[in-house]
Amino acid sequence: MINRYENVVIETVSRLLVPALQLFGLYVIAHGHGSPGGGFQGGCILAASFILMVIAYDIRVAKSHMSENLNTILCCLGVFIYGGIGLLCVILGGNFLDYSVLHKILPVDPVKARYMGILGVEIGVGMAVMAVMISIFLNIASRGEHEGHENSVSVSAGVSDRRNNE
Amino acid sequence: MKIIAFFATFITGFLLIYATVDMPDWGDPNSPPNAHVSPRYIEKVILETATPNIVTAVLADYRGYDTFGESVVIFTAGIICLMLLRRTSDD
Repeated sequence: MINRYENVVIETVSRLLVPALQLFGLYVIAHGHGSPGGGFQGGCILAASFILMVIAYDIRVAKSHMSENLNTILCCLGVFIYGGIGLLCVILGGNFLDYSVLHKILPVDPVKARYMGILGVEIGVGMAVMAVMISIFLNIASRGEHEGHENSVSVSAGVSDRRNNE
Repeated sequence: MKIIAFFATFITGFLLIYATVDMPDWGDPNSPPNAHVSPRYIEKVILETATPNIVTAVLADYRGYDTFGESVVIFTAGIICLMLLRRTSDD
């Protein structure tokens, strides 16, 4: 478990940096059409802002902003958005992931519908990548303990005792 | 055993390097991918998808199935980490 180590400089700088990082991550996802970027990169930047929060404060403070249940839901929802857009194209009469048929439900022409399809897919990828990065980091950093776990304190004490005996 | 492993590595590396010599030069305009697929994307990407960034258009539209597989791989990795590392109350 990463315990809190009070340091005014680190906490203030990360408090200023985290919103800027998250805004930049959203910008990278949303502006993937015109500049280098996209779902994978933007999702990683969003996850990095959360990991910075865990390192600068501790896991409990970070989890109060983003609970693990919400994180797992986002992880599944991201892949669901991607597959859902693909299946929506099939339902509307096109091929799987053929976004041009989305013009039947969007108020745009088929060319712009492909643009919108790419944007939707990138948002899904960004959510999935962000949630998976956070999930892997949290599970490794907290040794798999989570808020709903009954005897997390005793389990962690047992592990540290074993470490000391070795 | 180490000698067999060394020879296996050596022969595989030799074959890989030998095959690399036959590859087209870096950035050769007459190589097959540069002569067929790339010009098609560069000419038609704005007309077909209205996306200025060709990389994004190829990633999410022309090769969307591949990217779907990538995101499923990442999702699976996350779920497997969750299953393996997370403690349940009975262990």
